[in-house]
Amino acid sequence: MNIRGFYTLFCKELLRFYKVAVQTILAPVITALLYLLVFSHVLKEHIEVYPDVSYTAFLIPGLIMMAVIQNSFANSSSSLIQSKYTGNILFILLPPLSYLEFYLAFMAAAVVRGVAVGTGVLLTSLFFVDLPLHSMLYLLLFGIMSSATLGSMGIIAGIWADKFDHLAGFQNFVIMPLSFLSGVFYSIHSLPDIWQTASHFNPFFYMIDGFRYSFFGQSDVDPLFSLSVVSLFLLILASTAMWILKSGYKLRN
Amino acid sequence: MKSQESIAITIKGVQKHFGQVHALRGIDLEIRRGEFFGLLGPNGAGKSTLINTIAGLTRADVGQISVMGYDVAKQYRMARRCIGIVPQELVYDSFFNVREMLRLQAGYFGCGHENHNWIEELLDVLMLHDKADTNVKALSGGMKRRVLVAMALVHKPDVVVLDEPTAGVDVELRQSLWEFIKRLHNEGHTIVLTTHYLEEAESLCDRIAILGEGKIIALDSKQGLLDRGVNHVQLVTLTTEDPIQDIPAQLSKNIKQHNGSELVLQLNQKTDNIIDLLDAVRNTGAIIKTIKTSEADLEDVFMEITNNGRLT
Repeated sequence: MNIRGFYTLFCKELLRFYKVAVQTILAPVITALLYLLVFSHVLKEHIEVYPDVSYTAFLIPGLIMMAVIQNSFANSSSSLIQSKYTGNILFILLPPLSYLEFYLAFMAAAVVRGVAVGTGVLLTSLFFVDLPLHSMLYLLLFGIMSSATLGSMGIIAGIWADKFDHLAGFQNFVIMPLSFLSGVFYSIHSLPDIWQTASHFNPFFYMIDGFRYSFFGQSDVDPLFSLSVVSLFLLILASTAMWILKSGYKLRN
Repeated sequence: MKSQESIAITIKGVQKHFGQVHALRGIDLEIRRGEFFGLLGPNGAGKSTLINTIAGLTRADVGQISVMGYDVAKQYRMARRCIGIVPQELVYDSFFNVREMLRLQAGYFGCGHENHNWIEELLDVLMLHDKADTNVKALSGGMKRRVLVAMALVHKPDVVVLDEPTAGVDVELRQSLWEFIKRLHNEGHTIVLTTHYLEEAESLCDRIAILGEGKIIALDSKQGLLDRGVNHVQLVTLTTEDPIQDIPAQLSKNIKQHNGSELVLQLNQKTDNIIDLLDAVRNTGAIIKTIKTSEADLEDVFMEITNNGRLT
């Protein structure tokens, strides 16, 4: 294995978002905080989703996970589409890097960005409300596995997209609706039956519900079941991303 | 039979399709170690596709390629460590400065801190030291080209492939790049060069392959190719007292250049008769003042072989 090659590519991907940290870290943290301020101000007097949990506190894990999801996806997908567009993708296609090293470097960098943004949202949220922590293990498992899943999805989208429009379409018509309709702002038990059923087909719902469990010890579905669904989703997307990289689809032709 | 140790690149029966386009139609070629090899051909001949296939950027549909004895598909790690590619396009990563780009590129090839002295040496030799901490985006086209050459060499490859390295660069930089490439060759590197500047190939290359429509249509030493021209092609430069207004149809296929009272004719010694052509000029009423003949250069040979881009 070309460990140094993998590590260099990983570092390059970290440097890439670190050099524009205002855009890649600070901006999503502020966006999440604006959601928190607006929704918690409007709804805190009207909704209590879980017993003894304020709506503001309920909202925070969902907002953290939504930021993790969107930024992990954006990291790998935007890096790949930019490299393809400018042609500098060949700098990483010419060296002796395997498809596995390529995948792991992009996925790991996406995890770091997702976790960095999520941590930023969490830390700044603590200025507004006290959050309990029920399980650090679940928090790390859901945080890391969800960002790895979306990092993998970003790799697939970044390779598939021929232009920025394609990627914007993927973000606006897949990532955004699935993350907004995954229970960030509500419990699915407050939805009509048909939408409750539909929510169970949304993998992002399990990421948010499981992540929320790690704070409150309460969730809409069993956290172990959520973890299983997220693991399966990660496995499918990671396998697909590696298969695409191995085949050379849109990269080596 | 040649020893495998003496061969830098082996290409056997390589074919490549892009949809309906048959880009490479069964290329067989051996490039020797330490050779300065030229790959010529008109646009769309398949030069870049062949280079991309050697570099692993494109996968051959049929056939096999090895670099320094390593199969580019099955032993891709070793094959890629042995080769450095200078791409045709001026590509760069706008997030990084020159030194960062070189260190990252070396890292992808598995080189670490022990390689930093070599990177500093490359920056010196390619006159990039003053720009080492400058973002590549801010450099001129010539400087960007030098960065690409340096990037191709960061891992000290045995084989260096330059895909039109002097396209669009000024004369001064072209000369300095030629000198640098000659130095690499003298140090033992195998050099593969594609270029549109035929005088560049004539000046630098030991052996030349001419590609046309995805096939090798000529493969010979530089002298061998020039000898073909000596035997077949001759240039005749005429000056006349007054400019020739109407060129006779009989001469149209032979005209290489017409500038007022100077006319350069290209003769195929097998099919053209110089007396007939001179008579045709005289019949226009022109009075010939001087006649100068010269032997063909590589450009004439190239044009004859590719028949002005249309293959015979």
